[in-house]
Amino acid sequence: MFDDLRDLYQEVIFDHNRNPRNFREMPNADRKVEGFNPLCGDRLTLFLKMQGDVITDASFQGSGCAISTASVSLMTEIIKDKTEAEADALFQQFHAMTTGKGDDANLEAVGKLAVLAGVREYPARVKCATLAWHTLDAALKNQQQAVSTE
Amino acid sequence: MSTFPVEQIRADFPILAERIRNKPLIYFDNAATCHKPQAVIDSLVHVYSHEYANVHRGVHTLSQRTSEKFELAREKVQHFINAASDKEIIFVRGATEAINLVAQTFGKANFKAGDEILISAMEHHANIVPWQMLCQETGAILKVLPMDHQGELILAELDALLTDKTKLFAITQMSNALGTVNPVKQLIAQAHAKNIPVLVDAAQSTPHMLIDVQDLECDFLVFSGHKLYAPSGIGVLYGKQKILEAMPPYQGGGDMIRKVTFTETDYNSLPYKFEAGTPSIADTIALGTAIDYIQHIGMANIAAYEAELLEYATEQAQAINGLRIIGTAKEKGAILSFTLDRIHPHDIGTMLDSLGIAIRAGHHCAMPVMDFFEVPATARASFAMYNTKAEIDVLMQGIQSLIEVFG
Repeated sequence: MFDDLRDLYQEVIFDHNRNPRNFREMPNADRKVEGFNPLCGDRLTLFLKMQGDVITDASFQGSGCAISTASVSLMTEIIKDKTEAEADALFQQFHAMTTGKGDDANLEAVGKLAVLAGVREYPARVKCATLAWHTLDAALKNQQQAVSTE
Repeated sequence: MSTFPVEQIRADFPILAERIRNKPLIYFDNAATCHKPQAVIDSLVHVYSHEYANVHRGVHTLSQRTSEKFELAREKVQHFINAASDKEIIFVRGATEAINLVAQTFGKANFKAGDEILISAMEHHANIVPWQMLCQETGAILKVLPMDHQGELILAELDALLTDKTKLFAITQMSNALGTVNPVKQLIAQAHAKNIPVLVDAAQSTPHMLIDVQDLECDFLVFSGHKLYAPSGIGVLYGKQKILEAMPPYQGGGDMIRKVTFTETDYNSLPYKFEAGTPSIADTIALGTAIDYIQHIGMANIAAYEAELLEYATEQAQAINGLRIIGTAKEKGAILSFTLDRIHPHDIGTMLDSLGIAIRAGHHCAMPVMDFFEVPATARASFAMYNTKAEIDVLMQGIQSLIEVFG
């Protein structure tokens, strides 16, 4: 029935929405930033554990649509054990991919995150996919205030 | 229901023939804005083709012709809401501007620090924020009449909230987020017993029910054309003549003056005192056409048909596992607001869109309502006279299918 939506809602997205990875509070987190889109109601808190400039653990809590939940769940998996510079490079590639500025080379670079490339055909939903990454960007820059992509 | 000419009505709305994502459009976002019958579209074309000039100033024939049509629209609005005089009909851009007008003129002139403005827990942001802004300017205090979990006002608390400090009670006749229809006549009587004026936000109710401002005895009533099958950019402020006459003007400019020198200005009489500048001429005339269209079908017939649509949709929705209806008041207009377990309204909106179904997903400009029901957003299907039970069937099948897909 929803054949047209297969590019947007891939099975991986449903899977991460049903069973979000790293969905837990991190009491001893080094970084903690909130991402909140008040217009649609997507809300997440991102926790990072750092060792030097390496992200040794990442987790989140919150609620949102399938796109935002899958995006933050996938992100917490992929950024683990990455340096800040590597995570930032992924953010740039992810941003290019979801806003339609990326090419196929970028798609390979982002690996598993490529399942979210479909949002670029749905301008109203890009902000759902990018909320997690803008929250990460704020966390890496050690900013405290809540982030929004609306 | 069998007598309601829905197929004939559908044929009057050209946009209903559109295809969305290769499916027939099913438009259930009528509470946000509704579509326009051919008569209204033709009216706009006719005005610009045959009777367009500026109003109220030219001696030339075309201007006089336009002015007559413009004022005829005012009379149509007057009769539509049964106002005592056409002087009580002020044309504005929409309900939002009408409320801002009252806040910035009536409110600023009459409210001082410590005074109270009473609204309700189910108001649209348009009936919250203008009062908050006024409170910041004047030091007045905003009070809120609470509601219960059916989405009904807690009327037992009203008397205590109408105090000797209350300067205005501003209340919606029909909630855009919940569909609740409030007993405004009773509320107005209660406020008037304490000499408190009442503003009724009828933006959501005007397309669905007969409104008689003299019967209600409301002091102000506001609505928008675009929810009433008329163009966007035109709306109405109704006010009792005595109150409007005592109010300072809103915006300054042409049309609202009688005489201007550099030392002083005499303001024009009602309704022009509140209509500075060139109005939205063609849209106003087309609003009159929309009212003709509605009255031709008959508001009582529309209300009865929409009530059947809502009842049908509610029964079907209640049968879906995991669907929660937000807003279950006994008196409801044709709005079905709902959430699904573990599926965010934006996912519902995107998935239904792929089936050609337009619903609203979000907070419906009523964030305090979302907070009260502890949901980030809802999905909302809102019905109009051109919707059908067959379309509701497609919606319900779509909801069932997306629940399966999400698993």
